[in-house]
This record gives sequence, structure tokens and C-alpha cells, in this order.
Amino acid sequence: MIELQDLRKDFTVRVKAGRLRREKRVVTAVDGVSLRIDRGEMVGYIGPNGAGKSTTLKMLTGVLMPSAGEVSVCGLAPVPQRTRLALRIGVVFGQRSQLWWDLPLRESFALLRHIYRVPSADHEARLRRCRALLDLDAFLDTPVRQLSLGQRMRGELTAALLHGPEVLFLDEPTIGLDVVSKQAVRAFLAELGATGDVTLVLTTHDLADIERLCERLVVIDHGRVVHDGTIEALHERYGSRRTLVADLERPLPENFTLPGAVLTSVEAGRHRVTFALESAGAGAAVAGLVSAVGVRDLSLLEPDIEDVVARLYAGGGA
Amino acid sequence: MGELRAYAALLGAQARSVLSYRASFLVEVAGNMGATVFDVLTVLVLFRATPRVGGFTLEQALLMVGISSAGFALADMLVGNVDRLKVYVRAGTLDAVLVRPLPALPQLLLMDLPLRKALRVVFGFTVLGGAIAINDIDWTPARVALVALAPGAAAAFFGSIFVISAALAFWWVESGEMGAAFTYGGRDFTSYPITVYGEWFRGLFAYALGFAFVAYQPALALLGRTDPLGLPGWAGYLSPLVALLAATVATGVWRAGIRQYRSTGS
Repeated sequence: MIELQDLRKDFTVRVKAGRLRREKRVVTAVDGVSLRIDRGEMVGYIGPNGAGKSTTLKMLTGVLMPSAGEVSVCGLAPVPQRTRLALRIGVVFGQRSQLWWDLPLRESFALLRHIYRVPSADHEARLRRCRALLDLDAFLDTPVRQLSLGQRMRGELTAALLHGPEVLFLDEPTIGLDVVSKQAVRAFLAELGATGDVTLVLTTHDLADIERLCERLVVIDHGRVVHDGTIEALHERYGSRRTLVADLERPLPENFTLPGAVLTSVEAGRHRVTFALESAGAGAAVAGLVSAVGVRDLSLLEPDIEDVVARLYAGGGA
Repeated sequence: MGELRAYAALLGAQARSVLSYRASFLVEVAGNMGATVFDVLTVLVLFRATPRVGGFTLEQALLMVGISSAGFALADMLVGNVDRLKVYVRAGTLDAVLVRPLPALPQLLLMDLPLRKALRVVFGFTVLGGAIAINDIDWTPARVALVALAPGAAAAFFGSIFVISAALAFWWVESGEMGAAFTYGGRDFTSYPITVYGEWFRGLFAYALGFAFVAYQPALALLGRTDPLGLPGWAGYLSPLVALLAATVATGVWRAGIRQYRSTGS
């Protein structure tokens, strides 16, 4: 569905060098990205600010011309075949709108039907589905300028889907939204992805979006792909561990060791302990702890993806 | 066909958007009308000081003013907003427009069409109508065709100048008001018989850039006057061709500009 081969994008910027002189400097925003995304995949594309996420998305949607490399979306070359491609993809830019500011949402949708030349029946069916899933009815007749950010984003999502795109590109769709709106957007996208008809590529800074939605995670930093795989693979590769927190019956003895686990903290008069688990299964560690000191309560914490990604960014990749 | 429907829908949306602020729309319409009235008054005032300017009477000069202001008002309404290109680039409107299945320029123009300028167009054509009425024109089929085409050709010519000067922003973000010298300056230039200008200035604007063919040459052809500057009588009928040439250049410059934008993203 989407194929990138050694995709590059260089920008020439002029920087001040002395009072009048300006120097040209070439900045590489995307530095040889190769990816292949199949139909129905949901891919999270993440990276720190300036890593090249939006630039990649702009090359995939036909807004920017690659400096080098191959790109194909739905079998089309984005820039030369821009208008044909536009009929088959949907794009949501979190920070810019596809809607008409001064018109009610309903009219923006009607306009998009004309722009994309969608048959009336298809348009109605898709709109009905979005209205139900995104709860649009309460503000369908409100001018877009009066909508809250959450309402507007639900409108943007609908706008991007009314022509039945095969690929949906989302650039930070949850940016600035409150918790409730974020959940509404995520639930909707999850539903959309579950049908398997739509390929979904989303960039975000909110890793909860990824954990909730994307099987596959592509991490980009300084224009290069530093990770491409599942979230589990990312944890495995960077050695992130689950943690075991336990409240004990008796205080933990000095020099206590537990096979397959490392003690990371001791609190409450040695009654509360935290272990980092080295192996996948927690059973042996729990059993060892119960038989040695007795456990009143315990919890297992999944590794925090934020930490992994923060480490990834800080390390400048692997 | 489907594309035309889409453009019509965009135009309708712009009309409804503008009318959602009814009072301010009416004030702006009136204000815009005033501006065009003053342009024409300037010419009238000039003729109060002297009965002939550059060898032409007031009535004859009004014919040039009429063609020029009808054409300019039309171009300014339809295409004039393209000089907001820098704003569209900064606000991301251009990106939003590029992911839709229509060409970028018509979308940008229709999404922001300044309908408040509509009365200016009406006024421009009224002046032209008046000028045709007070001049003694010997109507031939060729002249009827010319008078019908001249305002449109003038509009296409000015529209091309608008597009070219705005597209320069793709290369030089700081191009600023430079374009205004050619758009608004061009309108003022074409409102007078070009015989009033100095030779060097006239050579550049009137002939090299083609402004003579906007109003002056067509007016001569309509009046049946020989050109004091020596061009043959049929030169006036070239105005649609000159406009077509300008539009071709403008399309090329715009396309090159969009290509430049796509390779720099600025």
C-alpha cells in the first residue's frame, strides 16, 4: 500500500554569517527512510520534534517533493499524480483545518462531497456512520469557528473519511485535546482499524495513542528509522522490564536475592519492595517471594513506553 | 464537469461565509466602491485643468479608463487575493489545498474570494458603458467583438500580473509590496493615454510589458483613430492575444513556483 525506498529530503536554509553575508546550509530532514506498509496496517510514526515525521508525511501525501529516493502510495507517485492520489487518501493535520471556518460542519461536509465527487448515497452512508461513532449530531449545525477543539477534531476526522480513503494519514490527531476527546478519537480510530479496510499512519507525541492503536511502531530520529517493529520488540531490544511491587508480611532480610529479578527499592521499614523482572514470566519470582517472606499484596507493572522512547531519543538512536 | 461543480460549490461556500457577517460585509462593499469612484474622479479632475491630455479628449480618455477599470476590478476581485499567498503558506492553507483532488490556485482563489469587491466591477463596467455611449463609435462587427472582449482581456492581463507577482513569493519570501508596482501601478498606467508618458518609461511599460494593449490600443481601434505613436490600426485587436500570452506566462511561473515550494517547503 505504501512503499518508501531510501527516501531523502534536504532543505537549503540561509543562515546569517556576518552583517550582510548569508551562507547556504543544507539540512537533511529525512535521511534515507525505507518502509513498506501493507493494506490494513496501523502504523505509529513517532520521533522527537524535528525528527522528520511531518516531512515524511508531506512527501507521502504529495505536498512535498522528495530530494531523492522512491515513494509510492496506493501504487501512485504522490507529487506527479497528486490529484489522483488525493481521491484515495485522507489526511488530518492536527494543527490545520480542512473545514470552512465560518460555515456549519454540515456544510463543510456537503462541500467536500462536491470536491471529491462522491456519489450521494455513499456520502450519506459514511456520514451516518461517523455521526453515530463520533457523536456529531449535537454540533452539526454550529459554525466551525465556534466548535471546541475536541469537536473540531471529530469534524476533521469525518471530513477526511467521507470519500472512503484507502489510507488515512493523521499528523498529531490528539494534540491539545482533553482526556475525554482523546479517548473518543482513539476509540473511533481503533474501530476504523478493526475493519481492516483502511491503512492508518499516524504521527504523535502521545504514546498512549500508539499503545492503544498501533501494532507496529516506527521510531525516527534525525531523519533515520531507529526502530521498526512491535512495541514488545522495542521493549525487548532496549531491555525494558516489568516491575513487581509487593507489600510483605515480614520485613525483607538483608542480602535477600530472588532468582531472575533485581531489587530496585525498599520502603516502609523493609515491608514494601520493588523488583525489576529479568525474565518474561513473573511466576518464579512471585513464588520465591511468597515462600521466603510472605506477600500481603502485589502488583505487576508493565514497562513504560515513555521511558523507552525517552531513552531512545536521548541516545540518538541505536 | 465534476470539477466545475466543485468550483461552484466552493464559490457558494465563500458567499455564505461572507454573508455570515452581514453588517461588516455591507460596510466593506461600500468602502470598496468608494475607492474605485476616486480612481475615476482623478481622471475627471485632470481634464478640468486642461481640455486635452496627450492629444485626447475627455470622452476618449474615459473609454480607456472604462476598459482599464472594468478589467482591473474584475481581475482584482477574482485573482487579486493571490497576493495573500504568503499568508496561505504560513497558515498551512496551501498544504491543506494540496491534499485535495483539485488544482491549487483555483481553490485558493475561490476559498477566499473577496465578494466585497463586486460593486467595483459593476462600477467599472458602468464607466465603460457610459464612455461607449458618449463617444461617437462607428460600429462594425469587429468593433462589437472587440468591445465585448476587451474588458475580459484586460482582466486576464491584470490577473496574470497578480499571479506572477504573487508567485515571486515562492522564491523570495521578502518580495513584499514589489508586486503592487505592477498591479496597481499598471492600472494607473493604463488609465491614461500612453502618449503622456516619457519615451523610455513608455517603451518599458507599454510595449515591453504589454500594458499598451490593455486599454489604449483597443480604445484607438474602437474610436477609429490612428495611433499618434505609429502602431497600425489593427494593433488594438491584438489585446486578447496579448492577454493570452500573459496568462500563459503566469501559468508557467505559478507552476514553477509550486514546484519550488514543494522542493523547499517554505
